[in-house]
Amino acid sequence: MNADLLFQLLLNGLIVGSLYGVVAMSFVLIYKASQVVNFAQGEFLLIGAWVCWYTLTAWQLPFVWGFLFTLAFMMLFGVLIQIVVLRPLIGEPVISVIMVTIGMSIFFQALMKWMFGVFAQPFPPIFETSSVGLAGLQIKTVYLLSLAMSVVIMGGFAWFFKFSKMGLAMRATAFDQQAAQSLGVSVRQVFALSWAISAMVSAVAGVVVGVVNGVSSALSFFGIKVFPAVILGGLDSIIGGMVGGIIVGLLENIAQFADSQWLNLGNMYRIAPFYVLIAILLIRPYGLFGTRDIERV
Amino acid sequence: MTATAAAADPARPVTAEDPAPLLRINNIEVVYNEVILVLRGLSLVVPKGRIVTLLGANGAGKSTTLKAVSGLLRTEEGEVTRGDIWFDGEPIKNAEPDRIVRKGIFQVMEGRRIIADMTCMENLRLGAFTRRDREVRRDIELVFSYFPRLEERAGNIAGYLSGGEQQMLAIGRALMARPRLVLMDEPSMGLSPLLVGEVFDIIRRLNQELGITILIVEQNAAASLAIASYGYVMEQGKVVLDGTAAELADNEDVKEFYLGGHGAERKSFKNLKSYKRRKRWL
Repeated sequence: MNADLLFQLLLNGLIVGSLYGVVAMSFVLIYKASQVVNFAQGEFLLIGAWVCWYTLTAWQLPFVWGFLFTLAFMMLFGVLIQIVVLRPLIGEPVISVIMVTIGMSIFFQALMKWMFGVFAQPFPPIFETSSVGLAGLQIKTVYLLSLAMSVVIMGGFAWFFKFSKMGLAMRATAFDQQAAQSLGVSVRQVFALSWAISAMVSAVAGVVVGVVNGVSSALSFFGIKVFPAVILGGLDSIIGGMVGGIIVGLLENIAQFADSQWLNLGNMYRIAPFYVLIAILLIRPYGLFGTRDIERV
Repeated sequence: MTATAAAADPARPVTAEDPAPLLRINNIEVVYNEVILVLRGLSLVVPKGRIVTLLGANGAGKSTTLKAVSGLLRTEEGEVTRGDIWFDGEPIKNAEPDRIVRKGIFQVMEGRRIIADMTCMENLRLGAFTRRDREVRRDIELVFSYFPRLEERAGNIAGYLSGGEQQMLAIGRALMARPRLVLMDEPSMGLSPLLVGEVFDIIRRLNQELGITILIVEQNAAASLAIASYGYVMEQGKVVLDGTAAELADNEDVKEFYLGGHGAERKSFKNLKSYKRRKRWL
Protein backbone atom coordinates (compact mmCIF):
# COMPACT_ATOMS: atom_id res chain seq x y z
CA MET A 1 0.00 0.00 0.00
CA ASN A 2 1.31 3.34 -1.08
CA ALA A 3 0.32 6.04 1.42
CA ASP A 4 1.94 8.89 -0.49
CA LEU A 5 0.03 8.02 -3.62
CA LEU A 6 -3.19 7.77 -1.66
CA PHE A 7 -2.73 11.21 -0.13
CA GLN A 8 -1.82 12.73 -3.44
CA LEU A 9 -4.92 11.21 -5.01
CA LEU A 10 -7.14 12.34 -2.16
CA LEU A 11 -5.83 15.86 -2.51
CA ASN A 12 -6.38 15.78 -6.25
CA GLY A 13 -9.85 14.44 -5.59
CA LEU A 14 -10.63 17.28 -3.23
CA ILE A 15 -9.44 19.89 -5.68
CA VAL A 16 -11.05 18.44 -8.79
CA GLY A 17 -14.12 17.66 -6.70
CA SER A 18 -14.45 21.27 -5.65
CA LEU A 19 -14.43 22.17 -9.34
CA TYR A 20 -17.17 19.63 -9.98
CA GLY A 21 -18.95 21.18 -7.05
CA VAL A 22 -18.73 24.66 -8.52
CA VAL A 23 -20.14 23.45 -11.83
CA ALA A 24 -22.80 21.42 -10.00
CA MET A 25 -23.85 24.52 -8.07
CA SER A 26 -24.25 26.49 -11.24
CA PHE A 27 -26.25 23.63 -12.73
CA VAL A 28 -28.51 23.50 -9.67
CA LEU A 29 -28.92 27.27 -9.80
CA ILE A 30 -30.53 27.07 -13.23
CA TYR A 31 -32.59 24.05 -12.29
CA LYS A 32 -33.84 25.63 -9.08
CA ALA A 33 -34.70 28.98 -10.56
CA SER A 34 -36.23 27.92 -13.84
CA GLN A 35 -36.73 24.12 -13.70
CA VAL A 36 -34.52 23.68 -16.74
CA VAL A 37 -32.18 20.68 -16.79
CA ASN A 38 -29.25 22.18 -18.63
CA PHE A 39 -27.42 19.56 -20.64
CA ALA A 40 -25.23 22.28 -22.11
CA GLN A 41 -23.55 23.05 -18.78
CA GLY A 42 -20.31 21.42 -19.95
CA GLU A 43 -20.27 23.64 -23.03
CA PHE A 44 -20.34 26.67 -20.75
CA LEU A 45 -16.98 25.53 -19.41
CA LEU A 46 -15.74 24.95 -22.90
CA ILE A 47 -16.83 28.33 -24.22
CA GLY A 48 -15.43 30.12 -21.19
CA ALA A 49 -12.09 28.38 -21.56
CA TRP A 50 -11.86 29.13 -25.29
CA VAL A 51 -12.78 32.78 -24.84
CA CYS A 52 -10.17 33.20 -22.13
CA TRP A 53 -7.59 31.36 -24.22
CA TYR A 54 -8.35 33.59 -27.18
CA THR A 55 -7.93 36.81 -25.20
CA LEU A 56 -4.60 35.56 -23.85
CA THR A 57 -3.13 34.31 -27.13
CA ALA A 58 -4.67 36.42 -29.89
CA TRP A 59 -5.04 39.67 -27.96
CA GLN A 60 -2.08 39.06 -25.66
CA LEU A 61 -4.00 40.33 -22.65
CA PRO A 62 -2.57 39.71 -19.18
CA PHE A 63 -4.32 36.81 -17.45
CA VAL A 64 -6.32 38.97 -15.02
CA TRP A 65 -7.83 41.10 -17.77
CA GLY A 66 -8.49 38.15 -20.01
CA PHE A 67 -10.20 36.40 -17.14
CA LEU A 68 -12.37 39.41 -16.30
CA PHE A 69 -13.27 39.81 -19.97
CA THR A 70 -14.29 36.14 -20.02
CA LEU A 71 -16.55 36.64 -17.01
CA ALA A 72 -18.23 39.65 -18.59
CA PHE A 73 -18.61 37.80 -21.88
CA MET A 74 -20.15 34.75 -20.20
CA MET A 75 -22.58 36.90 -18.25
CA LEU A 76 -23.90 38.42 -21.46
CA PHE A 77 -23.84 35.02 -23.12
CA GLY A 78 -25.91 33.46 -20.33
CA VAL A 79 -28.50 36.24 -20.45
CA LEU A 80 -28.68 36.02 -24.23
CA ILE A 81 -29.17 32.25 -24.22
CA GLN A 82 -31.94 32.62 -21.70
CA ILE A 83 -33.73 35.36 -23.62
CA VAL A 84 -33.30 33.98 -27.12
CA VAL A 85 -33.52 30.23 -26.58
CA LEU A 86 -35.28 29.49 -23.31
CA ARG A 87 -37.71 32.32 -22.76
CA PRO A 88 -39.88 31.28 -25.72
CA LEU A 89 -40.00 27.78 -24.19
CA ILE A 90 -41.58 28.83 -20.90
CA GLY A 91 -44.67 26.72 -20.40
CA GLU A 92 -43.58 24.07 -22.92
CA PRO A 93 -43.26 20.43 -21.82
CA VAL A 94 -40.11 19.48 -19.90
CA ILE A 95 -39.02 17.08 -22.61
CA SER A 96 -38.95 19.86 -25.24
CA VAL A 97 -36.81 22.02 -22.99
CA ILE A 98 -34.40 19.13 -22.38
CA MET A 99 -34.15 18.44 -26.09
CA VAL A 100 -33.32 22.09 -26.70
CA THR A 101 -30.51 22.09 -24.13
CA ILE A 102 -29.12 18.88 -25.65
CA GLY A 103 -29.33 20.59 -29.02
CA MET A 104 -27.46 23.61 -27.64
CA SER A 105 -24.80 21.29 -26.29
CA ILE A 106 -24.21 19.71 -29.69
CA PHE A 107 -24.36 23.04 -31.46
CA PHE A 108 -21.80 24.78 -29.25
CA GLN A 109 -19.58 21.73 -29.22
CA ALA A 110 -19.45 21.86 -33.03
CA LEU A 111 -19.18 25.64 -33.15
CA MET A 112 -16.13 25.60 -30.88
CA LYS A 113 -14.47 22.91 -33.02
CA TRP A 114 -15.17 24.94 -36.11
CA MET A 115 -13.79 28.15 -34.62
CA PHE A 116 -10.81 26.86 -32.68
CA GLY A 117 -10.00 23.50 -34.22
CA VAL A 118 -10.09 20.01 -32.80
CA PHE A 119 -6.66 19.96 -31.17
CA ALA A 120 -6.02 20.75 -27.53
CA GLN A 121 -4.43 24.16 -27.14
CA PRO A 122 -2.27 24.90 -24.12
CA PHE A 123 -2.73 28.10 -22.15
CA PRO A 124 0.29 30.36 -22.06
CA PRO A 125 2.08 29.90 -18.72
CA ILE A 126 0.34 31.94 -16.05
CA PHE A 127 2.31 31.17 -12.91
CA GLU A 128 6.04 31.29 -12.58
CA THR A 129 6.18 27.98 -10.79
CA SER A 130 3.88 25.33 -12.13
CA SER A 131 3.67 23.43 -8.89
CA VAL A 132 4.47 23.89 -5.23
CA GLY A 133 5.39 21.39 -2.55
CA LEU A 134 3.09 21.16 0.41
CA ALA A 135 3.91 18.71 3.22
CA GLY A 136 5.70 16.46 0.80
CA LEU A 137 2.99 16.56 -1.85
CA GLN A 138 3.20 18.26 -5.20
CA ILE A 139 0.28 20.56 -6.02
CA LYS A 140 -0.13 22.51 -9.20
CA THR A 141 -0.28 26.24 -8.47
CA VAL A 142 -3.40 26.60 -10.56
CA TYR A 143 -5.08 23.96 -8.43
CA LEU A 144 -4.40 26.01 -5.33
CA LEU A 145 -5.90 28.98 -7.11
CA SER A 146 -8.89 26.90 -8.12
CA LEU A 147 -9.41 25.71 -4.56
CA ALA A 148 -9.33 29.30 -3.38
CA MET A 149 -11.76 30.31 -6.11
CA SER A 150 -14.11 27.48 -5.24
CA VAL A 151 -14.15 28.64 -1.64
CA VAL A 152 -14.79 32.23 -2.70
CA ILE A 153 -17.58 31.15 -5.05
CA MET A 154 -19.17 29.00 -2.35
CA GLY A 155 -19.00 31.87 0.13
CA GLY A 156 -20.41 34.19 -2.51
CA PHE A 157 -23.34 31.87 -3.17
CA ALA A 158 -24.05 31.50 0.54
CA TRP A 159 -24.05 35.26 1.05
CA PHE A 160 -26.08 35.88 -2.08
CA PHE A 161 -28.89 33.50 -1.19
CA LYS A 162 -29.03 34.38 2.48
CA PHE A 163 -28.68 38.13 2.47
CA SER A 164 -29.12 39.76 -0.92
CA LYS A 165 -32.56 40.79 -2.06
CA MET A 166 -32.12 39.20 -5.48
CA GLY A 167 -30.95 35.96 -3.88
CA LEU A 168 -34.05 35.82 -1.72
CA ALA A 169 -36.14 36.55 -4.79
CA MET A 170 -34.50 33.66 -6.62
CA ARG A 171 -35.23 31.29 -3.75
CA ALA A 172 -38.81 32.50 -3.64
CA THR A 173 -39.17 31.99 -7.38
CA ALA A 174 -37.79 28.48 -7.03
CA PHE A 175 -40.27 27.71 -4.28
CA ASP A 176 -43.42 29.29 -5.71
CA GLN A 177 -43.23 31.22 -8.92
CA GLN A 178 -46.63 32.84 -8.71
CA ALA A 179 -46.20 33.86 -5.08
CA ALA A 180 -42.86 35.44 -6.00
CA GLN A 181 -44.57 37.39 -8.73
CA SER A 182 -47.19 38.58 -6.30
CA LEU A 183 -44.32 40.10 -4.28
CA GLY A 184 -43.18 42.09 -7.28
CA VAL A 185 -40.38 39.77 -8.39
CA SER A 186 -39.89 39.77 -12.13
CA VAL A 187 -39.53 36.12 -13.05
CA ARG A 188 -37.88 37.05 -16.35
CA GLN A 189 -35.17 38.92 -14.48
CA VAL A 190 -34.64 36.01 -12.11
CA PHE A 191 -34.32 33.51 -14.97
CA ALA A 192 -31.90 35.70 -16.90
CA LEU A 193 -29.83 36.30 -13.80
CA SER A 194 -29.64 32.62 -12.97
CA TRP A 195 -28.30 31.82 -16.45
CA ALA A 196 -25.84 34.70 -16.24
CA ILE A 197 -24.42 33.58 -12.90
CA SER A 198 -24.40 29.95 -13.96
CA ALA A 199 -22.50 30.68 -17.17
CA MET A 200 -19.97 32.86 -15.34
CA VAL A 201 -19.28 30.37 -12.59
CA SER A 202 -18.96 27.49 -15.05
CA ALA A 203 -16.52 29.52 -17.09
CA VAL A 204 -14.31 29.94 -14.02
CA ALA A 205 -14.11 26.16 -13.75
CA GLY A 206 -13.52 25.92 -17.49
CA VAL A 207 -10.57 28.30 -17.36
CA VAL A 208 -8.99 26.45 -14.44
CA VAL A 209 -9.26 23.07 -16.14
CA GLY A 210 -8.08 24.63 -19.39
CA VAL A 211 -4.96 26.01 -17.73
CA VAL A 212 -4.16 22.56 -16.36
CA ASN A 213 -4.98 20.29 -19.28
CA GLY A 214 -5.18 22.65 -22.24
CA VAL A 215 -8.41 23.65 -23.91
CA SER A 216 -10.21 21.05 -26.01
CA SER A 217 -13.68 19.69 -26.44
CA ALA A 218 -12.84 17.09 -23.78
CA LEU A 219 -13.58 19.89 -21.32
CA SER A 220 -17.30 19.54 -21.78
CA PHE A 221 -17.02 16.10 -20.23
CA PHE A 222 -17.33 18.03 -16.99
CA GLY A 223 -20.95 18.60 -17.88
CA ILE A 224 -21.60 14.85 -17.66
CA LYS A 225 -19.66 14.50 -14.42
CA VAL A 226 -21.97 17.02 -12.90
CA PHE A 227 -24.92 14.65 -13.00
CA PRO A 228 -23.69 12.18 -10.39
CA ALA A 229 -22.63 15.13 -8.24
CA VAL A 230 -25.99 16.82 -8.52
CA ILE A 231 -28.09 13.71 -8.04
CA LEU A 232 -25.95 12.73 -5.07
CA GLY A 233 -26.38 16.09 -3.42
CA GLY A 234 -30.02 16.54 -4.33
CA LEU A 235 -31.18 18.20 -7.50
CA ASP A 236 -32.55 21.26 -5.77
CA SER A 237 -29.86 21.87 -3.19
CA ILE A 238 -27.02 24.24 -3.91
CA ILE A 239 -25.00 23.07 -0.93
CA GLY A 240 -25.79 19.53 -2.04
CA GLY A 241 -24.25 20.28 -5.43
CA MET A 242 -21.02 21.38 -3.78
CA VAL A 243 -20.85 18.44 -1.40
CA GLY A 244 -21.83 16.04 -4.18
CA GLY A 245 -19.08 17.44 -6.37
CA ILE A 246 -16.42 16.96 -3.73
CA ILE A 247 -17.63 13.42 -2.99
CA VAL A 248 -17.54 12.52 -6.67
CA GLY A 249 -14.05 13.97 -6.98
CA LEU A 250 -12.82 11.99 -3.98
CA LEU A 251 -14.58 8.86 -5.15
CA GLU A 252 -12.97 8.95 -8.55
CA ASN A 253 -9.55 9.11 -7.00
CA ILE A 254 -10.23 6.48 -4.36
CA ALA A 255 -11.54 4.21 -7.09
CA GLN A 256 -8.41 4.95 -9.08
CA PHE A 257 -6.29 4.04 -6.08
CA ALA A 258 -8.17 0.86 -5.30
CA ASP A 259 -8.00 -0.12 -8.92
CA SER A 260 -4.30 0.46 -9.31
CA GLN A 261 -3.44 -1.31 -6.05
CA TRP A 262 -5.70 -4.32 -5.96
CA LEU A 263 -8.42 -4.60 -8.56
CA ASN A 264 -6.68 -3.93 -11.85
CA LEU A 265 -9.97 -3.68 -13.69
CA GLY A 266 -8.96 -0.50 -15.44
CA ASN A 267 -10.89 2.73 -15.94
CA MET A 268 -12.59 2.61 -12.53
CA TYR A 269 -11.83 6.32 -12.37
CA ARG A 270 -14.50 7.07 -14.93
CA ILE A 271 -17.11 4.56 -13.91
CA ALA A 272 -17.16 4.67 -10.12
CA PRO A 273 -19.18 7.88 -9.80
CA PHE A 274 -21.93 6.42 -11.94
CA TYR A 275 -22.17 3.27 -9.81
CA VAL A 276 -22.66 5.56 -6.85
CA LEU A 277 -25.22 7.52 -8.80
CA ILE A 278 -27.26 4.38 -9.36
CA ALA A 279 -26.95 3.33 -5.72
CA ILE A 280 -28.06 6.76 -4.53
CA LEU A 281 -31.06 6.78 -6.81
CA LEU A 282 -32.13 3.43 -5.39
CA ILE A 283 -31.65 4.33 -1.73
CA ARG A 284 -32.22 8.05 -1.48
CA PRO A 285 -33.72 9.37 -4.73
CA TYR A 286 -33.94 12.96 -3.51
CA GLY A 287 -30.23 13.03 -2.75
CA LEU A 288 -28.34 13.82 0.43
CA PHE A 289 -29.61 17.37 0.74
CA GLY A 290 -32.58 17.46 -1.59
CA THR A 291 -35.72 18.70 0.07
CA ARG A 292 -39.04 17.09 0.26
CA ASP A 293 -41.84 19.58 0.76
CA ILE A 294 -42.62 20.76 4.24
CA GLU A 295 -45.99 19.31 5.04
CA ARG A 296 -47.75 20.95 7.95
CA VAL A 297 -50.65 18.90 9.17
CA MET B 1 -80.56 49.41 -1.42
CA THR B 2 -78.84 50.31 -4.65
CA ALA B 3 -80.50 48.93 -7.72
CA THR B 4 -78.83 45.77 -8.90
CA ALA B 5 -78.77 46.56 -12.58
CA ALA B 6 -77.00 49.83 -11.95
CA ALA B 7 -73.83 48.04 -10.92
CA ALA B 8 -72.75 47.75 -14.52
CA ASP B 9 -73.09 51.46 -15.18
CA PRO B 10 -69.61 52.99 -15.00
CA ALA B 11 -70.86 56.56 -14.79
CA ARG B 12 -72.69 55.94 -11.56
CA PRO B 13 -70.92 57.33 -8.50
CA VAL B 14 -70.71 54.25 -6.33
CA THR B 15 -70.30 55.96 -3.05
CA ALA B 16 -71.67 59.43 -3.13
CA GLU B 17 -69.20 60.73 -0.58
CA ASP B 18 -66.15 59.69 -2.58
CA PRO B 19 -65.62 61.18 -6.01
CA ALA B 20 -62.00 60.01 -6.43
CA PRO B 21 -61.75 56.23 -6.23
CA LEU B 22 -58.35 54.59 -5.77
CA LEU B 23 -59.34 51.57 -7.85
CA ARG B 24 -61.94 51.54 -10.55
CA ILE B 25 -62.82 48.42 -12.47
CA ASN B 26 -64.99 49.21 -15.42
CA ASN B 27 -67.00 46.51 -17.15
CA ILE B 28 -64.16 44.00 -17.52
CA GLU B 29 -64.32 40.66 -19.21
CA VAL B 30 -61.73 38.01 -18.34
CA VAL B 31 -60.96 35.03 -20.51
CA TYR B 32 -58.75 32.09 -19.53
CA ASN B 33 -56.86 30.14 -22.19
CA GLU B 34 -58.56 32.28 -24.83
CA VAL B 35 -61.85 30.40 -24.45
CA ILE B 36 -63.13 30.25 -20.88
CA LEU B 37 -65.09 33.36 -20.04
CA VAL B 38 -64.89 33.95 -16.30
CA LEU B 39 -65.80 37.59 -15.73
CA ARG B 40 -68.54 39.05 -17.87
CA GLY B 41 -68.79 42.77 -17.46
CA LEU B 42 -67.73 43.31 -13.89
CA SER B 43 -67.52 46.80 -12.47
CA LEU B 44 -66.60 47.96 -9.02
CA VAL B 45 -65.01 50.87 -7.27
CA VAL B 46 -62.78 51.02 -4.22
CA PRO B 47 -62.62 54.50 -2.67
CA LYS B 48 -59.39 55.71 -1.13
CA GLY B 49 -58.92 54.79 2.52
CA ARG B 50 -61.83 52.36 2.71
CA ILE B 51 -62.34 48.66 3.19
CA VAL B 52 -64.50 47.18 0.45
CA THR B 53 -65.54 43.55 0.38
CA LEU B 54 -66.43 41.32 -2.52
CA LEU B 55 -68.69 38.42 -1.59
CA GLY B 56 -69.84 35.45 -3.57
CA ALA B 57 -70.01 31.69 -3.77
CA ASN B 58 -67.28 29.36 -5.01
CA GLY B 59 -66.47 29.93 -8.65
CA ALA B 60 -68.22 33.27 -8.88
CA GLY B 61 -65.01 34.88 -10.07
CA LYS B 62 -63.88 36.70 -6.93
CA SER B 63 -60.26 35.56 -7.03
CA THR B 64 -60.16 36.18 -10.75
CA THR B 65 -61.23 39.76 -10.13
CA LEU B 66 -58.32 40.30 -7.72
CA LYS B 67 -55.88 38.66 -10.10
CA ALA B 68 -57.10 40.85 -12.92
CA VAL B 69 -56.16 43.87 -10.81
CA SER B 70 -52.81 42.54 -9.58
CA GLY B 71 -51.78 41.22 -12.98
CA LEU B 72 -51.34 37.68 -11.68
CA LEU B 73 -53.97 36.61 -14.18
CA ARG B 74 -51.24 36.63 -16.76
CA THR B 75 -49.38 33.89 -14.92
CA GLU B 76 -52.42 31.63 -15.35
CA GLU B 77 -53.05 32.11 -19.06
CA GLY B 78 -55.79 34.61 -18.28
CA GLU B 79 -56.35 37.98 -19.88
CA VAL B 80 -58.62 40.99 -19.51
CA THR B 81 -60.19 41.14 -22.94
CA ARG B 82 -62.61 44.02 -22.46
CA GLY B 83 -63.16 46.93 -20.14
CA ASP B 84 -60.65 48.98 -18.15
CA ILE B 85 -58.92 49.00 -14.79
CA TRP B 86 -57.66 52.25 -13.31
CA PHE B 87 -55.50 52.67 -10.26
CA ASP B 88 -55.27 56.21 -8.99
CA GLY B 89 -56.22 57.52 -12.41
CA GLU B 90 -53.73 55.35 -14.30
CA PRO B 91 -54.73 52.49 -16.59
CA ILE B 92 -53.21 49.21 -15.33
CA LYS B 93 -55.10 46.67 -17.41
CA ASN B 94 -52.94 43.63 -18.29
CA ALA B 95 -49.76 45.19 -16.88
CA GLU B 96 -46.95 42.96 -15.60
CA PRO B 97 -47.43 41.93 -11.94
CA ASP B 98 -44.10 43.41 -10.81
CA ARG B 99 -45.03 46.77 -12.35
CA ILE B 100 -48.33 46.72 -10.51
CA VAL B 101 -46.64 45.96 -7.18
CA ARG B 102 -44.33 48.93 -7.78
CA LYS B 103 -47.38 51.13 -8.30
CA GLY B 104 -48.62 50.24 -4.81
CA ILE B 105 -51.03 47.34 -5.22
CA PHE B 106 -50.22 44.21 -3.27
CA GLN B 107 -52.21 40.99 -3.38
CA VAL B 108 -52.27 38.65 -0.39
CA MET B 109 -53.05 35.48 -2.26
CA GLU B 110 -55.50 32.79 -1.29
CA GLY B 111 -53.88 30.13 0.86
CA ARG B 112 -51.32 32.66 2.14
CA ARG B 113 -48.56 31.45 -0.19
CA ILE B 114 -45.71 32.24 2.16
CA ILE B 115 -42.31 30.89 1.15
CA ALA B 116 -42.38 27.85 3.43
CA ASP B 117 -38.67 27.00 3.32
CA MET B 118 -37.57 30.48 4.36
CA THR B 119 -37.60 32.02 7.81
CA CYS B 120 -40.23 34.49 8.91
CA MET B 121 -37.71 37.29 8.69
CA GLU B 122 -36.69 36.36 5.15
CA ASN B 123 -40.33 36.33 4.11
CA LEU B 124 -40.78 39.81 5.51
CA ARG B 125 -37.67 41.08 3.77
CA LEU B 126 -38.98 39.62 0.52
CA GLY B 127 -42.13 41.69 0.96
CA ALA B 128 -39.95 44.78 0.57
CA PHE B 129 -38.44 43.45 -2.67
CA THR B 130 -39.62 46.34 -4.82
CA ARG B 131 -38.50 49.04 -2.41
CA ARG B 132 -35.25 50.92 -2.74
CA ASP B 133 -35.32 53.05 0.40
CA ARG B 134 -33.46 52.31 3.61
CA GLU B 135 -36.38 52.14 6.00
CA VAL B 136 -37.05 48.44 5.63
CA ARG B 137 -35.78 47.71 9.12
CA ARG B 138 -38.13 50.26 10.63
CA ASP B 139 -41.06 48.73 8.79
CA ILE B 140 -40.18 45.30 10.14
CA GLU B 141 -40.58 46.83 13.61
CA LEU B 142 -43.92 48.22 12.50
CA VAL B 143 -45.06 44.78 11.36
CA PHE B 144 -43.93 43.31 14.68
CA SER B 145 -45.95 45.95 16.52
CA TYR B 146 -49.08 44.65 14.79
CA PHE B 147 -48.08 40.99 14.98
CA PRO B 148 -46.00 40.47 18.15
CA ARG B 149 -46.12 36.73 17.55
CA LEU B 150 -44.11 37.13 14.36
CA GLU B 151 -41.30 38.71 16.35
CA GLU B 152 -41.11 35.63 18.56
CA ARG B 153 -41.02 33.45 15.47
CA ALA B 154 -38.71 35.67 13.39
CA GLY B 155 -35.98 33.05 12.97
CA ASN B 156 -38.34 30.09 12.51
CA ILE B 157 -38.95 28.38 9.20
CA ALA B 158 -42.24 29.78 7.95
CA GLY B 159 -43.55 26.40 6.84
CA TYR B 160 -43.75 25.24 10.44
CA LEU B 161 -45.83 28.17 11.70
CA SER B 162 -49.47 27.64 12.60
CA GLY B 163 -52.16 28.61 10.11
CA GLY B 164 -52.95 31.81 11.96
CA GLU B 165 -49.31 32.80 12.18
CA GLN B 166 -48.88 32.11 8.48
CA GLN B 167 -51.81 34.39 7.68
CA MET B 168 -50.28 37.08 9.87
CA LEU B 169 -46.97 36.61 8.07
CA ALA B 170 -48.71 36.95 4.72
CA ILE B 171 -50.35 40.20 5.81
CA GLY B 172 -47.14 41.44 7.43
CA ARG B 173 -45.27 40.68 4.23
CA ALA B 174 -47.78 42.81 2.34
CA LEU B 175 -47.17 45.72 4.74
CA MET B 176 -43.46 45.54 3.98
CA ALA B 177 -44.17 46.69 0.43
CA ARG B 178 -45.79 49.89 1.76
CA PRO B 179 -48.81 49.33 -0.45
CA ARG B 180 -51.58 51.84 -1.04
CA LEU B 181 -54.08 49.13 -1.93
CA VAL B 182 -54.06 45.60 -0.50
CA LEU B 183 -56.09 42.90 -2.19
CA MET B 184 -56.90 40.10 0.25
CA ASP B 185 -58.09 36.76 -1.01
CA GLU B 186 -59.94 34.82 1.69
CA PRO B 187 -57.90 35.82 4.73
CA SER B 188 -60.23 33.72 6.91
CA MET B 189 -59.53 30.49 5.06
CA GLY B 190 -58.67 27.61 7.35
CA LEU B 191 -58.68 29.71 10.53
CA SER B 192 -60.63 29.08 13.72
CA PRO B 193 -63.44 31.57 14.46
CA LEU B 194 -61.35 33.10 17.20
CA LEU B 195 -58.42 33.67 14.87
CA VAL B 196 -60.70 35.03 12.15
CA GLY B 197 -61.80 37.69 14.62
CA GLU B 198 -58.21 38.49 15.51
CA VAL B 199 -57.04 38.72 11.90
CA PHE B 200 -59.97 40.86 10.79
CA ASP B 201 -59.46 43.15 13.74
CA ILE B 202 -55.90 43.73 12.65
CA ILE B 203 -57.03 44.35 9.07
CA ARG B 204 -59.36 47.04 10.37
CA ARG B 205 -56.55 48.63 12.38
CA LEU B 206 -54.23 48.64 9.36
CA ASN B 207 -56.90 50.50 7.44
CA GLN B 208 -57.60 52.99 10.21
CA GLU B 209 -54.09 53.59 11.51
CA LEU B 210 -52.02 53.32 8.34
CA GLY B 211 -54.67 54.50 5.89
CA ILE B 212 -54.24 51.46 3.64
CA THR B 213 -57.12 50.87 1.26
CA ILE B 214 -58.27 47.26 1.29
CA LEU B 215 -60.34 45.08 -1.01
CA ILE B 216 -61.27 41.79 0.66
CA VAL B 217 -62.65 38.80 -1.14
CA GLU B 218 -64.45 36.54 1.31
CA GLN B 219 -66.82 33.66 1.81
CA ASN B 220 -67.11 34.65 5.44
CA ALA B 221 -69.57 37.45 4.81
CA ALA B 222 -70.26 38.17 8.47
CA ALA B 223 -66.62 38.84 9.29
CA SER B 224 -65.87 40.96 6.26
CA LEU B 225 -69.11 42.98 6.32
CA ALA B 226 -68.31 43.80 9.95
CA ILE B 227 -65.16 45.72 8.98
CA ALA B 228 -66.01 46.88 5.45
CA SER B 229 -67.73 50.11 4.55
CA TYR B 230 -69.05 48.91 1.23
CA GLY B 231 -69.73 45.54 -0.35
CA TYR B 232 -70.36 43.87 -3.66
CA VAL B 233 -71.97 40.48 -4.23
CA MET B 234 -70.80 38.51 -7.26
CA GLU B 235 -72.35 35.67 -9.09
CA GLN B 236 -71.29 33.97 -12.29
CA GLY B 237 -68.78 36.59 -13.26
CA LYS B 238 -70.65 39.77 -12.50
CA VAL B 239 -71.80 41.96 -9.67
CA VAL B 240 -75.42 41.22 -8.84
CA LEU B 241 -75.83 43.33 -5.76
CA ASP B 242 -73.99 46.10 -4.00
CA GLY B 243 -74.49 48.50 -1.15
CA THR B 244 -73.04 49.77 2.09
CA ALA B 245 -71.95 47.05 4.47
CA ALA B 246 -74.89 47.80 6.75
CA GLU B 247 -77.36 47.54 3.88
CA LEU B 248 -75.91 44.24 2.73
CA ALA B 249 -75.88 42.80 6.23
CA ASP B 250 -79.55 43.68 6.43
CA ASN B 251 -80.47 42.33 3.03
CA GLU B 252 -82.71 39.24 3.17
CA ASP B 253 -80.96 37.41 0.36
CA VAL B 254 -77.48 38.09 1.70
CA LYS B 255 -78.66 36.92 5.10
CA GLU B 256 -80.01 33.74 3.65
CA PHE B 257 -77.18 32.82 1.32
CA TYR B 258 -74.11 34.21 3.02
CA LEU B 259 -74.90 34.82 6.64
CA GLY B 260 -76.59 31.50 7.31
CA GLY B 261 -79.86 33.04 8.38
CA HIS B 262 -82.89 30.97 7.42
CA GLY B 263 -86.57 30.97 8.26
CA ALA B 264 -88.95 28.08 8.74
CA GLU B 265 -90.25 28.26 5.18
CA ARG B 266 -87.00 26.78 3.80
CA LYS B 267 -88.05 23.38 5.03
CA SER B 268 -90.78 22.77 2.49
CA PHE B 269 -89.98 21.50 -0.97
CA LYS B 270 -92.31 23.99 -2.57
CA ASN B 271 -90.13 26.82 -1.39
CA LEU B 272 -87.00 25.22 -2.69
CA LYS B 273 -87.97 26.44 -6.13
CA SER B 274 -88.28 29.95 -4.94
CA TYR B 275 -84.94 29.51 -3.20
CA LYS B 276 -83.34 28.55 -6.44
CA ARG B 277 -85.05 31.33 -8.29
CA ARG B 278 -83.99 33.91 -5.78
CA LYS B 279 -80.47 32.51 -5.76
CA ARG B 280 -80.18 33.97 -9.25
CA TRP B 281 -80.80 37.41 -7.74
CA LEU B 282 -82.93 38.44 -10.69
